[in-house]
Amino acid sequence: MSSLQVSNSALAKSRRQIEQSEKEGNALFGFWVYLMSDCVLFASLFATFVVLRNNTFGGPSGAQLFNLPYVLLETIVLLTSSFTNGLALLSAQRRKLQQTLVWLGVTFALGVTFLTLEISEFHKFALLGDSWHRSGFLSAYYTLVGTHGAHITIGLIWMAVMAVYIVKRGLNNPLVLKRIRMLSLFWHFLDVVWIFIFTIVYLFGALHA
Amino acid sequence: MRAGYLIFSGLLGKLSLKQLPHDPLTIFGASLMVAVPIVIAIILTLTKRWKWLYREWLTTQDHKKIGMMYIIVAVAMGLRGLSDVILIRAQQSLASGNSHGILSSSHFQQIVSAHGTIMIFFVAMGLMFGIINLIVPLQIGSRDVAFPFLNATGFWLFFSGMVLVNVSLLIGDFSATGWLAYPPLSELKYSPTVGVDYWIWSLEIAGIGSLMAGINFIVTILKNRVKGMKLMLMPLFSWSVLGSMSLVVFAFPILTVALTLLALDRTFGMHFFTAGGGGNMMMYVNLIWAWGHPEVYILVLSAFGVYSEIVSVFSRKRLFGYSSMVYAIWAIVVLSFIVWLHHFFTMGAGSDVNAFFGIMTMIIAVPTGVKLFNWLFTMYRGKLSLKTPMLWFIAFVVVFTIGGMAGVIMAVPPLDFQFHNSLFLVAHFHMMIVSGVLFGYFAAITYWFPKFFGFKLNERLGKYAFWSWLIGFLLAFVPLYILGFMGATRRLDHYSASLGWQPLFIVAAVGVGFIILGVTFQFLQLIVSIWQRNRELSGRDPWSGRTLEWSLPTPPPIYNFARLPEVSTRDAFWAAKVAGLSDDRPYQAIEIPRNTPLAMVIAAGAFCFGFAFVWHIWWLAVLGLLIVIVTIIYRSMDEHPTYLLSAREVELLDKSKFAKDAVS
Repeated sequence: MSSLQVSNSALAKSRRQIEQSEKEGNALFGFWVYLMSDCVLFASLFATFVVLRNNTFGGPSGAQLFNLPYVLLETIVLLTSSFTNGLALLSAQRRKLQQTLVWLGVTFALGVTFLTLEISEFHKFALLGDSWHRSGFLSAYYTLVGTHGAHITIGLIWMAVMAVYIVKRGLNNPLVLKRIRMLSLFWHFLDVVWIFIFTIVYLFGALHA
Repeated sequence: MRAGYLIFSGLLGKLSLKQLPHDPLTIFGASLMVAVPIVIAIILTLTKRWKWLYREWLTTQDHKKIGMMYIIVAVAMGLRGLSDVILIRAQQSLASGNSHGILSSSHFQQIVSAHGTIMIFFVAMGLMFGIINLIVPLQIGSRDVAFPFLNATGFWLFFSGMVLVNVSLLIGDFSATGWLAYPPLSELKYSPTVGVDYWIWSLEIAGIGSLMAGINFIVTILKNRVKGMKLMLMPLFSWSVLGSMSLVVFAFPILTVALTLLALDRTFGMHFFTAGGGGNMMMYVNLIWAWGHPEVYILVLSAFGVYSEIVSVFSRKRLFGYSSMVYAIWAIVVLSFIVWLHHFFTMGAGSDVNAFFGIMTMIIAVPTGVKLFNWLFTMYRGKLSLKTPMLWFIAFVVVFTIGGMAGVIMAVPPLDFQFHNSLFLVAHFHMMIVSGVLFGYFAAITYWFPKFFGFKLNERLGKYAFWSWLIGFLLAFVPLYILGFMGATRRLDHYSASLGWQPLFIVAAVGVGFIILGVTFQFLQLIVSIWQRNRELSGRDPWSGRTLEWSLPTPPPIYNFARLPEVSTRDAFWAAKVAGLSDDRPYQAIEIPRNTPLAMVIAAGAFCFGFAFVWHIWWLAVLGLLIVIVTIIYRSMDEHPTYLLSAREVELLDKSKFAKDAVS
C-alpha cells in the first residue's frame, strides 16, 4: 500500500516535471514569436531609412559623414560580444558558475564599449551640426541606429539582472538556464540586425557618394 | 516667489489651468467623465467592495475574468463612441446653408477622430480580445493561457490607453486629424495643440498591449491544446483566432513604428513626414495602412470564427467544408498584407502599381466568398433554430455582402478616384465592420453568456434589439452610399443648402435614433435577464453545443478542466455526447497562477510615460519608464508565481460543481 502511494507521488512529481519543461518550451517559443515581431519593427525602420536615404535636404550624405574604419571597430566589438555570449551559454550548460559569470561579464563590457562608441559617434555628428533636425535622412539614421542601441541597452540591463539571478539561484535551476538561453537569443538577434545596419546604412551609404 | 512659480510650472511641462475645458459641450462631457468614476467609487465604498474588487478582479490572472473586464471596458467605450455618433449625425443634419449646427468646426473634427479611434481600438479590439480570452482556452481544452501574466499586462495596457484617450476630454484637446492622423496635417506645424499627441500615445500603449495578447494566444493555441486535438481537429473559432493573432504579431509592430516616427517628428523636431526638411508624408500613409489593412482582418477573422460556431450549432450540423474554411482563413491572412495601397490609389503610384493592388483586392474577396458559401451550405438542410445569435448572423450575411460588393467596386482604381474620401467609402466600411465585427460579437455574447452566468439572455428583448439595430443601421448607411454618389465627402461639418443633401442626412440621423433604441433594448435585455435569472437556468449545455467549452460546469472553475478531456474528432463534445462516455479517471493536482497587482503597476508606469510625453513633463517620463523596468525586474525575481491545488481539492470542487449543475 505504502509503496503504491510512493509510486503515485513519484508519478505526480514526474508529471509536474514534464509540465514544467512544457512550460519552458512555451516560453522559448513565445520568445521566438516576440523576436519575429521585433524583426517586423526593424524591417519597417529599414524601409523608412531606405526611402529617406537620399533626402539630405542640403545636409551631409552618408558618404560625407560615415567613417568606415570606426564602424568596423564597432562591428568587431559587437560580433565578439556575441561570441563571448555564446561561450557564456556553453559554460552555463556545463553548470560552470564562475566561467559563466566571467563570460557574461566580458560580454557586458563589450556591449558597453559598443554603446559608448555609438553614442560618441552620434555626439560627434551632433557637434558638427548634423543632428536629427538637419534632414529626413539624418532623422531616419538616428532612429534606426538608435533603436538598435536602445535594444542593446535593454540587453545590458537584462545581463546585469541575469548575473544577480545566477549568483542567487545557481545553474541547476532550469528557469535560470531557460533565461540564459533567451538572453543569448536576444543578443544574437541584435547582432544579426547590426549586420544589416552595417551593410545597408554604412556600406551602401559610403558607396553611394 | 516668481522663481518658485517658474520651477513649479516648469515641472508641469506644457500643462496649465488654461487646458481645462471651457465650452459647454466639452464641460458636460468632461464632467460626465469625472462623475462616472466618482459614482462608482462611492458605490464601492458604501457596499465595502474595494477589497473584493482588488482581490477578485484587479489582480486576477484568470483569463476568464480578464475577458470579462475587456468586454466591460469595450461596452463603456461603445457608449462614448455612440454619443460621438449622435453629435456627428446631429451636426450633419442641421448644418446646411445658413445654419451652422451645434458644433464648431474644430470640435466636430475632434469628435469624428475620437469616434473612429475609440470604436476601432477600444470597442472592436476590446470585444474581440474579451471573447478570445473567455473562449479560446476552453475550446482547446486548456487549463490556462500560455502566459497569464503577459495576458494581464496586455489588458492593463489596453486599459491605460483607454484612460489616456478619455483624459484628453478633461485636459487639453483631442486630435482633429481623422482616425489615422495623416501628416502633414498631424505635424506640429498644422496641429500645434496636444490633441495628436494624445492620439499617438494612447494608441501606442494600447497597441503594445495588443501585441502581447497576440503573442500569448499564438503560443496558447499552438502549444496548449489538449492531447489528441490535432490542428485540423481544432474548432474553427480557435483557427480564426490563430489567423487573427498571427496578423496582430506581424502588423502591430508597423503601427508602433509609424506612431513613434510621428511622435519623434512632433516632439523632437525630426523630419520623417514633414512637408519640408526632406520628409516624406506618403511614407506615413503607406506605413499606417500596412498595419491598417491587416487590422481590418484581425477584427473580422475572429468574428468569422464566432459565426462558424454559431451556424453549425444552430443548424444542428457539422460545419460544411471545414478544411476549405481553414485554407480560406490563411489565404486571407496572407493576402491582407498585399492590398494596403487600395486605401490611397490617388497617391499616384502609377497604373501598374494600382492595377496590382486592385487585382489583389478583388482576389481577397474570393476566400471571403468561400466562407460565406460554406456557412450557407451548413444551413442548407439543417435543423435551423432562429435564435438571436442566428439572426445576427443572417443580417451579417446580407449586409456584409452588400458592403463587400461596394468594396469590389472601389477596388477598381479609376472608379476609386471618384469614391476616394467620399461618404460612399464611409458607408462601405461601416457595413463591413459593423456587420462583420460588431454583429459577430453581439452574437458571441448572446451565445456564450449562459456558459459564464448560468442563464440565457431574454430572447424577446434580444429580438427587439436586433430589429431596431438592423433597421436603424440600414437607415443610417444606405443614404450615405447615395450621398457619396452625389459627391459628399467625409468629415463635412457644413454644406451648401443648394446641394439638396439635407433630407438624406436627416434620414441617416433617424437611423441613429433606431440604433439608440436597439442599444436601449440591449441594456434592458441584460437587466431583465438578470432580474428573471431563475426562470431560465440553462445548465451546462443550453444550445446543445459541439465544442469542449460546453462540457464544462457553469461557470467554469478557475482551472477550467478538472480532468483534461480526450479528443479524437472534430466537434469533440458532440462526439462525447453521442458516445455517452463517463469519466472516472483520478483527479490530479493543478498549478494555478497567483494573483498579482504588478501587471497593473506596469500599465500605470506606461500611462505616466504616455501622459508625460503628451505634456512634455520629462521627469514624469523618466519616472514612468523606471516604474516599468523595475517592476519587470521585480516580477522576474518572483520564485513562486503559482500555487498548487491538490488533487483532493480539485475533486471536492468538481463534485460540488456537478451537484449544482444537476439541480439546475
